[in-house]
Amino acid sequence: MLQPQFASVADVKERLSAAGYLTDDAIATTVFLADRLGKPLLIEGPAGVGKTELAKSVATAIGAELIRLQCYEGLDEARALYEWNYKKQLLRIQASKDDDSWDEIHDDVFAEEFLLSRPLLTAIRRTEPTVLLIDETDKADVEVEGLLLEVLSDFQITIPELGTITATRRPLVFLTSNATRELSEALKRRCLYLHLDYPDAEREKAIVLSRVPEVAEQLAGQLVNTVRALRALELKKSPSIAESIDWARTLVALGLDTLDEQAVKDTLGVVLKHASDHERAATQLKLN
Amino acid sequence: MSGLLEREIAFLDALRVAGIQVSLAEVLDSTRAMGAIDLMDRESLRHAFAACVLKRPAHRTTFDTLFDLWFPPAIGDSVAGEFDADGELLELTDGDGEPPDASVLRDLLRQLLLDGDEDKLRRFARAVVNDLGRADSQPGRQSWFSYRVLRQLSPETLMASLLEALLAGQERGGLAERVARQTINERIRQFQEMVESEVRRRLAEDRGVEQVSKNAVQPLAEQVDFLRASRDDMAELRRQVFPLARRLATRLTARRRLGRSGRLDFRRTVRASLGTGGVPIVTHHRPHKPHKPELTVLCDVSGSVAGFAHFTLMLAYALREQFTKVRAFAFIDTCDEVTRFFTPGGDVADALAKMSSEAQLVWFDGHSDYGHSIETFAEKYPDAVGPRTSLLILGDARNNYRATGQQTLRQLVQRARHAYWLNPEPAAYWGSGDSASSQYADVIEMVEVRNAVQLEDFVQRLLPQ
Repeated sequence: MLQPQFASVADVKERLSAAGYLTDDAIATTVFLADRLGKPLLIEGPAGVGKTELAKSVATAIGAELIRLQCYEGLDEARALYEWNYKKQLLRIQASKDDDSWDEIHDDVFAEEFLLSRPLLTAIRRTEPTVLLIDETDKADVEVEGLLLEVLSDFQITIPELGTITATRRPLVFLTSNATRELSEALKRRCLYLHLDYPDAEREKAIVLSRVPEVAEQLAGQLVNTVRALRALELKKSPSIAESIDWARTLVALGLDTLDEQAVKDTLGVVLKHASDHERAATQLKLN
Repeated sequence: MSGLLEREIAFLDALRVAGIQVSLAEVLDSTRAMGAIDLMDRESLRHAFAACVLKRPAHRTTFDTLFDLWFPPAIGDSVAGEFDADGELLELTDGDGEPPDASVLRDLLRQLLLDGDEDKLRRFARAVVNDLGRADSQPGRQSWFSYRVLRQLSPETLMASLLEALLAGQERGGLAERVARQTINERIRQFQEMVESEVRRRLAEDRGVEQVSKNAVQPLAEQVDFLRASRDDMAELRRQVFPLARRLATRLTARRRLGRSGRLDFRRTVRASLGTGGVPIVTHHRPHKPHKPELTVLCDVSGSVAGFAHFTLMLAYALREQFTKVRAFAFIDTCDEVTRFFTPGGDVADALAKMSSEAQLVWFDGHSDYGHSIETFAEKYPDAVGPRTSLLILGDARNNYRATGQQTLRQLVQRARHAYWLNPEPAAYWGSGDSASSQYADVIEMVEVRNAVQLEDFVQRLLPQ
């Protein structure tokens, strides 16, 4: 039931970059291990460094379907695992003829037909290659973590009325988190862990170039170095890769071919999203 | 294979000693991971172990340091071989072990820093540690020192000429310089780390890995004492203020939601009852309106404790939404309200800078005077402490043997809803020397807050359930 999708670390790199995601050694090795050991992969890091994108790209690279469970406050079993379609059950009971015995109806009502499958159950039951993305795990309540444990360690779900459903083919599971709260030790222990941080200058430049091919190479280099200088300031929200890409797009749209002080000053709003960060960058980089 | 396995287990054990929890399940995972990857590639082994056992980004530095010790990139001084591969570098070692002139090495370092080729830089670091870092401590025994290397090469002093080269005629003083400076700083730091790691490796070969790994591990930023924090530590801490505040806020809202809720929400109950044929089986309640205290912070901003006061003020302002009102007062030997510097959405670090230059904090000689400051505070701002206020006093209570103003403080404490004194000194030192901690502790609850972890615990206790 464990069917690895990748042959080697180099293979991961190659296929992910074909899917439009440039990896480094750490990312490629970790993804390879997650696939090989059949363990879920927990990805943490600041917003906008491409956590969700990684899961999507892996799905594209191995030709698997992506099933996504978006976590939010108040997410519960009925939205994550499964739910009984009680309206249909009610109809079934009302439509029953007088001679149906209660036992028959009871068994009938809790059958597959009345089960509404939610993302986790769907991912477990699929027989084709599947990537399960549990996005922003830290936004969900603590109880949801407990609910994930059985799925993540044994790839099975127990439904009291039906029994235990075990995965016929293990999905590749990615969990992402912005670390707004510390996830429980139990959950972390069941996962491999990857901390995605801002990439080094070279890789960031390559990412910008691949996402915004119109931008000149020299401009991309300037842009990446400036973004890195901004990250070194003590800002409320440091610009991430998503912002670098937006910035490159903006510069291209404005037809600028060099990033001088005037250009930075005019377009700083694309990378910095707080008024106080804006002021701070302007004074420290002496833009005025 | 068994030798490798023992090495792995010893390494994971060293991680545990350094304070990183590694469970048995994680040991098994890393062992399986070793079987899956190419063991000839040292970096991929590092990434594999990191994926299996490292569950917190803050532990990364410790992990890397220990990994470099237990799985060293080279053994002995295999420098000569390395240099053969690179004709450019070869001429510098002279071949006969004679250490080359420091100025030649500096020129080479300058070129390497300019190019930014990590691999070459690493090999250079290995070579210079071999040449310059060695000292014979006893006959037959060698010792290795990073400061010998860094002092002779002093990479920081290369900054000016590197800047010149990188800017290549561009205008100085502007954005371009800032960006270039940043790049160079990063590379210099990288080089220093390489040298330090190389020195640790050589030491480990001499004295055994266990010995070195014990001393090599730096405490995490959040566990560094405020009073002993270096500038880098403080910068790192300040960077953590917002994530910390966000984490605290999330935890608090979660706790509020869990608590028993308030009045019946009639509309939602009836709506939900439709699903059960009009019988209200599940009732819904409105959430309680959270109680938000007013916060008044009175902090000592004199030199010794300024770092602590700044960090705590930043945190208080980052958590502003959790309070109805935050008022801040600062003092050295007299007291002034500094709330006006903290505008909503404004930059807290700027506010702190403005506060130290513009606020009236010195009255007599600029040495801490808690007594006079407390008296002034009580006299000038009688409305600052009321029945809804949580009063926080920050300071080490080192009063230079002056009057304490204990009675005034007692009255303030009685007026406030809660009152705490956060002291960045270890509790064992309270009351020693000119510390008035024990007098103050009689009238106000004094809490030891030496590092960010303790502060986090305290904030959780302060905020309402």
